[in-house]
Amino acid sequence: MLYREAGQFKTSYATDTAIFPILQDRIVIALVVIGAFVVVPFVATPYVFTGILIPFLILSLAALGLNILTGYAGQLSLGTAAFMAVGAFASYNFILRVPGIPMLVAFALSGVVAALVGMAFGLPSLRIRGFYLAVATLAAQFFIVWFLTKVGWVTNHSTSGVITAQQVVILGHAFTTPVDKYLLVLSIVAIMALAAKNMARGNAGRSWMAVRDMDVAAEVIGIRLMRAKLLAFGVSSFYCGVAGALFAYAYLGTVEPEAFNLDLSFRVLFMVIIGGVGSILGSFMGAAFVTLLPVLLSVTVRFLDRNLGLHIAESTISNLELMTFGALIIFFLIVEPHGLARLWQIAKEKLRLWPFPH
Amino acid sequence: MSFFIEVLIGGLLAGVMYSLVALGFVLIYKASGVFNFAQGAMVFFAAATFVGLQQDYGINFWIALVLALGVMILFGLATERAVLRPLVNQPQIALFMATIGLTFFIEGLSQMVWGANVRALDLGLQDEPLQWITDKTGMSVSKFDLVAAGVAAALVTALALFFSRTRIGRALRAVADDHQAALAVGIPLQHIWAIVWAVAGAVALVAGLLWGARNGVQYALTFVALKALPVLILGGFDSIPGAIVGGLMVGASEKLAEVYLGPYVGGGIEGWFPYVLALAFLLVRPEGLFGEKIIRRI
Repeated sequence: MLYREAGQFKTSYATDTAIFPILQDRIVIALVVIGAFVVVPFVATPYVFTGILIPFLILSLAALGLNILTGYAGQLSLGTAAFMAVGAFASYNFILRVPGIPMLVAFALSGVVAALVGMAFGLPSLRIRGFYLAVATLAAQFFIVWFLTKVGWVTNHSTSGVITAQQVVILGHAFTTPVDKYLLVLSIVAIMALAAKNMARGNAGRSWMAVRDMDVAAEVIGIRLMRAKLLAFGVSSFYCGVAGALFAYAYLGTVEPEAFNLDLSFRVLFMVIIGGVGSILGSFMGAAFVTLLPVLLSVTVRFLDRNLGLHIAESTISNLELMTFGALIIFFLIVEPHGLARLWQIAKEKLRLWPFPH
Repeated sequence: MSFFIEVLIGGLLAGVMYSLVALGFVLIYKASGVFNFAQGAMVFFAAATFVGLQQDYGINFWIALVLALGVMILFGLATERAVLRPLVNQPQIALFMATIGLTFFIEGLSQMVWGANVRALDLGLQDEPLQWITDKTGMSVSKFDLVAAGVAAALVTALALFFSRTRIGRALRAVADDHQAALAVGIPLQHIWAIVWAVAGAVALVAGLLWGARNGVQYALTFVALKALPVLILGGFDSIPGAIVGGLMVGASEKLAEVYLGPYVGGGIEGWFPYVLALAFLLVRPEGLFGEKIIRRI
């Protein structure tokens, strides 16, 4: 009943090809966007901004990038964090070395640098596939982090290898408070998510999906594999690069190359898998899940510990969290291997009829 | 020249250690098509269990060894039951992610049960140069490395015999070739997977003992899995000889690169050099050295 599209007639090509063809979807999206832009800034506390919302949004962006590559184009990559690192360090150098460069331009350029690096490391994908490719992208992960650690120039010869992100100033406005940073990140993420949604349903997205489903067949019907794959690597790394720049500028503040280690790559991959491979919405749901789960776990365990008087040692708590995290991931994969986005789809199907049985 | 050979031998022997870890990956990939990322964590868990039993409970070396082996086999069986069986017929990437989840679980479990401290593991072998080789040739070759190489050779021979001569081994190869055909001729798939995971657990124990004796039993042991990955893609995911040859190549080339190339670029290239080497190699042969040739058709 709630999600029934009966009576919504499409009378022009514009309505037929709209991003959200169903009225209910448009309402939900509008509510979410208004809520995120207008309501949240008044409600949330600074901790919620810096501890949960900002990392959630930035990691969603990274997950979105990986989802373009893995979910749409079918190329498994374990080097996400490295491409984020390229973005972070590139924007640092642009802002440091190009006087008067607008911040947003620097972020975009750092995305372009990451895209170029990503395409270079995507070249092997023309020859190898599957897990071989996944392991090959680990080369990017280890090489880039090593490179950023060893080459003094990229960290401006900082002795500890740590860079301190400059203050974010856009159009004369300094983004210092958590709310400011949140709104900045939110705007960028919203625009890029919209772009991704459009790309996925356009020419590029369709050729990626054809490559994913069977690359030999895609080649036969006239899709240029090299172009499609490299484009996927480039776009994906662009997203990851911007996410990395935001990670440094809006979230961490001071960054070392080691912050972008394999662990982060895996976390982003988890987001994609748990959220839903090949789904824009899934990237956000997965990011929310992976960001919130450790917070919830640690709150729950500490709550139990205090109220039951168990007095568990701190190290045991963190190990318990690790175990629960691992077990939950396995659990989710078993229950819904197609990710949280699939659950949402099922819910939508149910809502079509609800509360009637037929 | 003798220095070159010394580095080469050291690298080759280190490569054997990588092969040991890679072997666990290959076993599971061969039989079930699962890329088991948890192999590194299993190595750590096995070593920690052995050392913990020995030191915390004062159990005799051999009994602890048997007990640890039992734990690893039980663990393998439990994994098959709890993780793999519910995920049958899911895409490979879902299985891969499940093993990463498993990695977290094992890391948490072993640190909770056995503590996070670095423990020394004594196998009664010193990591010192063999005197008579030094006397004869002036090169130092570690006794420990030689024993490790011997163990690896024995293990590979045993596995090769197991695969080619026994009934279960033949069933394993059949499953590796074609799951459905194997099922059709009446091979119990679930049993085979349980056996493979148990064997992988046992291999993890051997690798864990050697690596633990070399570096101390600690969390960092889980990272040996990352060393084994380039070995895997060099040798091919589904080839046991590939794991050995790949290990030797990775070990030798990374040591040589570190010694001869490292000084020019600031050192520390051991972490990524094997990957780049493997990558360059894959561009020529996409299925690895001994991997099965991939035939693609529509």
